Amino acid sequence: MPSRVVIVGASLGGLRTAEALRKAGFSDEIVVVGAEEHLPYNRPPLSKEVLAAGISHTAVAFPMRASVSDVTWRLGVPAADCDIDRRVLTLADGATLDYDGLVVGTGLRSRRLAVPGPPPTVAAGRHSLRTLDDAAALRTELVPGARIVVLGAGFIGCEVAATARTLGCEVTAVAIDPYPMVRPLGALLGAQTQRRHEAHGVQFRLGAGVTAFHGDVKVTGVELSSGEVLPADVVVEAISSHCNTEWLASTDLDLTDGVLCDNTLRAHRRDGSPIDGVHAVGDLARFPNPLFDDVPRRVEHWNIPTETGKRVGSALAAYLSGEGYDAAIASEFAPLPAFWSDQFDMRLQSFGAPGLAGGDPDDIRILEGDLEDEVIVGYHRGERLMGVVGIGMLKSVMAYRSAIGHVATAAS
Amino acid sequence: MRVTVDMDACQDHGQCCFAAPEVFHLDDDGHLVYDANPDDSLREKVEDAVDVCPTQAITVAD
Repeated sequence: MPSRVVIVGASLGGLRTAEALRKAGFSDEIVVVGAEEHLPYNRPPLSKEVLAAGISHTAVAFPMRASVSDVTWRLGVPAADCDIDRRVLTLADGATLDYDGLVVGTGLRSRRLAVPGPPPTVAAGRHSLRTLDDAAALRTELVPGARIVVLGAGFIGCEVAATARTLGCEVTAVAIDPYPMVRPLGALLGAQTQRRHEAHGVQFRLGAGVTAFHGDVKVTGVELSSGEVLPADVVVEAISSHCNTEWLASTDLDLTDGVLCDNTLRAHRRDGSPIDGVHAVGDLARFPNPLFDDVPRRVEHWNIPTETGKRVGSALAAYLSGEGYDAAIASEFAPLPAFWSDQFDMRLQSFGAPGLAGGDPDDIRILEGDLEDEVIVGYHRGERLMGVVGIGMLKSVMAYRSAIGHVATAAS
Repeated sequence: MRVTVDMDACQDHGQCCFAAPEVFHLDDDGHLVYDANPDDSLREKVEDAVDVCPTQAITVAD
């Protein structure tokens, strides 16, 4: 009897998993279930050029390879429940899908602030930014002179702030952190990010919490923990995210911060045992990376859905065919995380895991360049280089790729 | 195999240069240059380069 793989999550991780299954010779049925109406599309442009230039699915859709032309896409219907032991997925419309292999790739959604004031809806002027529809809704609000308050100063917050400012909006970014981008970059480059944003006219309120939104039907202001009220036409909430794992709540999977996985991305039960044929990909897969250590972590960088999707596609195809599965599990998966961010004329490019730097003041230090201009900063744990971040100097930054995870020496 | 890079979309991220160094590299100014007609034996590497391009600027035709 032909087997069936169900991939839950129709974004980059799901697409790459389907492609890798086909590449590894799996020729039976693949069904991809997606909560959004859209076929997989590229999300990074949503806070950058697409937000600035206009929104269409065509502009950001991933090309479809011929190998996945026979995949069944069930779009616009989220998963509702799953029975891991009986291998049955239930969708929100009540339909059920039996499966032989299951891939969890439902990703994240934006966390919304729970404070008094108008509800977290576009109609109330409260936006978030993870999907194409979110970007389309926000785009219409970013007109010259509009007062935009961005909550959160991580990747999305800073990119939206820069894009909105470039479009002529009055932008204030509010964050509980002491610097923008401080969690991925540390204080050294966080302060540089702040300086460069301020030079373009973005204002910051740092070390600040939000206590309420003012306004009746629509937000008119954001009240901070200091008592200050920032006038606002539009609020963008980019504070953090939730993993979309509610549909797995009735299972005994370990859902502490995403889906706990082994190095083959097999999902773990709460008793610590991995489940053959059930894998996770993308932002919500919490897996150990031997490039750094044996601690399972989620990695919310763009290259991870592709890396995990390829890993899972080949392992799952081996499991379902019964050939080469032991070798697939025994092989080591050590993807090099990478991220970039474009904010005004600043290009940030990183390889490795800067966030894993140790606590010693000297662990984060300049490797090349000038902090005020173009610079490369190294993030160390003891003598090991855990990550690098460059502002500009792209070609030089790339030279450090092979040094990540190793005892630091000069780039070669 | 014919490789095309949309140079309007390309932002010189350089990810392709690691996936398929035989085909893609950055010049001294950090801008992408590439071989538009690589040997077919490089197909798998070029497909990897297509996947890792942040701006999805690379296309491959037979």
